[in-house]
Amino acid sequence: MDYDIPINIAGLDLKNPVIVASGILGLSQSIFDRLYKIGAGAIVSKSISLLPREGYRNPTIVSVDNMSYINAVGLANPGAESFSTEISKNKGPLLVSLVGSEKSEFSVIVRKFRDHKILGFELNLSCPHVEKMGMEIGDDLKLVYDIIQSIKKETTKPLFVKVGLGKSDILEVAKVAESAGADGITAINTLRAMKIDIETQCPVLENKIGGLSGSAIKPLGIRCVYELSKSLKIPIIGCGGIMTYSDVVEYMMAGASAIQIGSLIGLKGISSIGKIVMGLRSYLEAGNINDIKEIIGIAHR
Amino acid sequence: MPIDKNLMRLVKIEDVNIETPTVKTIFFKDSLSSVSKPGQFLMVWIPRREELPLSVMISDTKNHAAITIRKNGYGSTSLFNKDIGDRIGIRGPFGNSFSFNKSLKNIIFLGGGTGLVPLVRLLYYIKEYDSKFTFIMGAKTKSELFFTELIYEWAKAKKIDLHIATEDGSLGTKGYPTDILRAFLSVHKDIDMIYTCGPELMMKKVYDIAIINSVRMEASIERYMKCGIGICSSCCINDKLVCVDGTIFNETKIQKLTEFGVSYRNKSGILTKF
Ligand SMILES: Cc1cc2nc3c(=O)[nH]c(=O)nc-3n(C[C@H](O)[C@H](O)[C@H](O)COP(=O)(O)OP(=O)(O)OC[C@H]3O[C@@H](n4cnc5c(N)ncnc54)[C@H](O)[C@@H]3O)c2cc1C
Ligand SMILES: Cc1cc2nc3c(=O)[nH]c(=O)nc-3n(C[C@H](O)[C@H](O)[C@H](O)COP(=O)(O)O)c2cc1C
Ligand code: FES
Repeated sequence: MDYDIPINIAGLDLKNPVIVASGILGLSQSIFDRLYKIGAGAIVSKSISLLPREGYRNPTIVSVDNMSYINAVGLANPGAESFSTEISKNKGPLLVSLVGSEKSEFSVIVRKFRDHKILGFELNLSCPHVEKMGMEIGDDLKLVYDIIQSIKKETTKPLFVKVGLGKSDILEVAKVAESAGADGITAINTLRAMKIDIETQCPVLENKIGGLSGSAIKPLGIRCVYELSKSLKIPIIGCGGIMTYSDVVEYMMAGASAIQIGSLIGLKGISSIGKIVMGLRSYLEAGNINDIKEIIGIAHR
Repeated sequence: MPIDKNLMRLVKIEDVNIETPTVKTIFFKDSLSSVSKPGQFLMVWIPRREELPLSVMISDTKNHAAITIRKNGYGSTSLFNKDIGDRIGIRGPFGNSFSFNKSLKNIIFLGGGTGLVPLVRLLYYIKEYDSKFTFIMGAKTKSELFFTELIYEWAKAKKIDLHIATEDGSLGTKGYPTDILRAFLSVHKDIDMIYTCGPELMMKKVYDIAIINSVRMEASIERYMKCGIGICSSCCINDKLVCVDGTIFNETKIQKLTEFGVSYRNKSGILTKF
């Protein structure tokens, strides 16, 4: 199977618009190679920090109904040095996700991947459950601007900026990102959420608060992509609650040029990636749509 | 409505069995776990403490299952300290299972420590088969052995050869269970399958011995688990996710797992040598 639905986003030619979201199977080169083979148009790595992080103690993920999860993994990752060794032989369409707590860290991380064959970077400004990282950075508009500029100084590769629903308005953050030189926006990350077990009367996640993903957040994701695409010039990658090819179509109609999937892989397994791509292909064929671009943002008319 | 295995269920501990001063079996009612296949595991939540992957142990009571925990660090000790009436959360069962069918006429089980749990569940499933069973058990010393009574009990109804190896020679053969396996295979040439679970370096030896003797084998591999459902990658070994592609791998699959017996990923995901 060729899984071909060619698209171009921020100057990148992708085999198809289905991207594996950050934090989903994002640590191992052997797994990346497997994901490429079974249809992924691209993969975003786990968010990588300057130094290794062990993350939170288990439970780090809890299922809240059949189609949604709350996770507080705590940005566990091997750190920039180790991860740059991990992916040193990468040939596939990989984006490295970046996370940090200080402006100065980002250029150091990006430099570690200078000689790597990767597509580009995604800046995680929206992890909702780690203090002084992710969302807390994303809420500081001046800092967002400075970080993006510092990354763009280090690399000519495209930089996507991943936004979520934090304290600052998502549109404002995205506009600042655009003005600072971001090549695209990924929306949305997980949303701050919580699960309490009523029998033992205590929060389930070790960190108590985590990020909600899956079906529950799709309508929010669609709304964000719709509003973002209205006011931005740079392309948008839609993310949040995609379970079927029709969800992909919905995101694209809202204005997404590509999409990311996460929770679906936990629910339906790794082969669900290929199934989404093939479902999308059948949809396009059945509707006589020759170029998927035709449906991007169509809901705005 | 069928219960969704991914949703956590709170269960009450109904009985406990002290196996050794540091190993305890905990029984509870849960219909999904009670029908879990041999080799499958649960994610077990110890409220306010930890969540650990644990193999499903057997229970003789209908709709019941059990887990057997060895007291070690923070999480396992919190679980070990739980008693009748206490509540724990479980999700699962997850993972694949040992493959078995009646055509396997001569079967070896080789395990040590809590690695015995899935092997005991497997033996429980197939002990009525008209096959020959050899169980090789290893431990550091006599006082750390458990489940021997259970196997002797089953052996009353059906012949099961139990061989024991202790590192200090306090019971059975002095040495490792793999020494017994090596000697056994040099005499018995008609073995159809070896099932193994325990420390990875032990299982690596079993794999090597099986390959030399052209015997089929299956091993249950452990890796650091967080999600248990194939999204976080923390359990990966080469291009496989132990929680969903495993935990059971046969010799053909293991041959491609260059990390088997060599390295594992630590909590941050860094590949680390054993
Ligand atoms: C599929 C599977 C089945 C298992 N079955 C059993 C069983 O039946 N009985 C039993 O006693 N133990 C079993 N274990 C091991 C168990 O999950 C714990 O690793 C062990 O109890 C140590 O816990 P701890 O709290 O003492 O760990 P700590 O002291 O916190 O850590 C010690 C070591 O335990 C391991 N460990 C800790 N947490 C995890 C985790 N979430 N996933 C994997 N490894 C971890 C790591 O290697 C770690 O270095 C199983 C593990 C796996 C992966
Ligand atoms: C277990 C888990 C870990 C995640 N880790 C990250 C991460 O490191 N960086 C990041 O930007 N997003 C992370 N996310 C968020 C996803 O990339 C995605 O934005 C979110 O899950 C919504 O998509 P979905 O509904 O398809 O899962 C994680 C999500 C999950 C479920
Ligand atoms: S434990 Fe998360 S992928 Fe296996």
